[in-house]
Amino acid sequence: MSEQVRFVQGNEACVEAALYAGLGFFAGYPITPSTEIAELLALKLPQRGGKFIQMEDEISSMCAIIGASLAGGKAMTATSGPGFSLMQEALGYAIMTEIPCIIVNVQRGGPSTGLPTHVAQGDVNQTRWGVHGDHSIIVLTASSAQDVFAMTVEAFNLAETYRTPVILLFDEVVAHTRERLLVPEPGVLPLVERLTTSVPENVNYHPYLPREDGRLPMSDFGGIHRYNVTGLFHDMWGFPTEDPKTVHELLRHLVDKIENRTHIIAHYQTYHVEDAEFLIISYGCSARSARQLVEDRRLRGDRIGLLELQTLWPFPAHIVQQLSAGKKAVIVAEMNTGQVTASVKAAADDPDRVFLANRLDGQFITHYDIRNVLRLVQGKGV
Amino acid sequence: MAVRDYLRERFFPHIWCPGCGHGVVLNSLLRTVEELGFTKNQIAVVSGIGCSSRISGYVDFHTLHTLHGRALAFATGLKLQKPDLRVIVPMGDGDALAIGGNHFLHAARRNIDLTAIVMNNRTYGMTGGQYSPLSGVGTAATTAPYGNIDPGFDTVRLAAAAGATFVARTTTYHVQQLVKILGEAIQHQGFSVVEVLSQCPTYFGRKNKAGSAVDMMRQFKDQTTPVGSEAKQSNPALIERGVFVREQRPEYCAAYDEVVRRAQGGR
Repeated sequence: MSEQVRFVQGNEACVEAALYAGLGFFAGYPITPSTEIAELLALKLPQRGGKFIQMEDEISSMCAIIGASLAGGKAMTATSGPGFSLMQEALGYAIMTEIPCIIVNVQRGGPSTGLPTHVAQGDVNQTRWGVHGDHSIIVLTASSAQDVFAMTVEAFNLAETYRTPVILLFDEVVAHTRERLLVPEPGVLPLVERLTTSVPENVNYHPYLPREDGRLPMSDFGGIHRYNVTGLFHDMWGFPTEDPKTVHELLRHLVDKIENRTHIIAHYQTYHVEDAEFLIISYGCSARSARQLVEDRRLRGDRIGLLELQTLWPFPAHIVQQLSAGKKAVIVAEMNTGQVTASVKAAADDPDRVFLANRLDGQFITHYDIRNVLRLVQGKGV
Repeated sequence: MAVRDYLRERFFPHIWCPGCGHGVVLNSLLRTVEELGFTKNQIAVVSGIGCSSRISGYVDFHTLHTLHGRALAFATGLKLQKPDLRVIVPMGDGDALAIGGNHFLHAARRNIDLTAIVMNNRTYGMTGGQYSPLSGVGTAATTAPYGNIDPGFDTVRLAAAAGATFVARTTTYHVQQLVKILGEAIQHQGFSVVEVLSQCPTYFGRKNKAGSAVDMMRQFKDQTTPVGSEAKQSNPALIERGVFVREQRPEYCAAYDEVVRRAQGGR
């Protein structure tokens, strides 16, 4: 067998995938339930000649990975809610300056210190709108160690392709559940390497001048080209500008480069959706229970299917609209007060047929919790 | 190469007010680089936000204009990824020691090879003259209309206590000393801190009736004394200038190379 079989936590699957994707630099700060990612990378990165640093807080961790990525290394940090809140300003800087990097947020109960060792999915909208100012962002999630691996590799690929930070939004259950992982042989999963400029030394390089295909080739900061990078609105040289046309075009570019490619970036899985009368939409740990419910009810003859979202942002409204059309009801299973539910209602032809099945008490949502909502919707008693 | 060859002249005029001390720091920094004989590609300038931080845009090096207070954190990632770069981090007093205070302490503790220049004008100039952690008790500021009650940090003692291995202070009046100190700081292997007292006649000067830019520079001359001088004994109010700390301790990037060696099975 060519693949390597492992028995790992989701956090370890994330580490294995990051190394598979070519991670060269990690900066982080300890926080439950993400800490295993930092611990494992402290062990494994230097074995490959990479760099690990434990910074003084999450603010500096985010700043350090931006500095390292700009200089040419694939860079990542990992945190949970409180730390993710601290990272927002620098995350906006990475968006504005178009520096690829990966931020893992292993969700726990919030707000504030909340429930550090318990599960929740309350950060979905923060990943989209935590940064001030208009922008767009890519957020991926996963429900199993195997999918954590796949989505982590994909996050690195999307970050390099679109020159943007990508958030991996996991949760405590997926991060700490031990299960089987098949680590693919090198070369099996495609990797996107950094697009570097062909401009030779001693010729002016414009860090923000797009090629014909819209992509912005990079030049390792501190290398053969000297240029400026700023979080201010900037021109193709990277120099501050208040020119209205340039400002408008940059903001449109930052949003459109992601929003216009929603159909490419959308990752999802479907189970029994073809003939379904009822559709469950879920993601992350909640999707594990949703899948259990679908399998149970199918055995009883219920025509029920599952759409598991793996790309949360940009929101795959076209998929949701298409799969929810004509259903008797759509139930969104998530561990928050309805953050994805709101996006599903906005995408669905009939928002009145969209219902929420949730848990807010730090306890993992079960297939019974979702079944109870299904039965209410079906007009049956719980 | 002439000093102007290190400037991005097409981005002038600069944003600094007439009489601002930051131009003196810029001039001295470029003369230092020229004297040391570095090529432009060997130098990175990483700055935060504020009047002082605009220095990065004007120099023809690798320049990174980051977030308020976070320049040292960005510079830490950059330096670890590219240890051969000479990384210079110009900061304002609020930038370095209020919002960025924690990063300042930890960069010093790690002894990572960065050159931190604290351009201390005792105010937040870009936002119009609020008090900073270096303004000192009794000063006037737009946010201290009844007089400032916040004691100031002593940058030199703070940096030394946090573990910086090269610590110096001078002023925009003492330009020859400034060039000499910057040269030593940039060549120093480890975290170096250079505090430069820099006049802000527009806000700090006007609010505190300190006179013109020339008057303020004259005060730098009159109110400072070389470190260890007898004058300090008789007049403790004098501010010492010169090199306070000059020591060798393992540099962080070099120490991390050792971590890599151990991780890869070396003994």
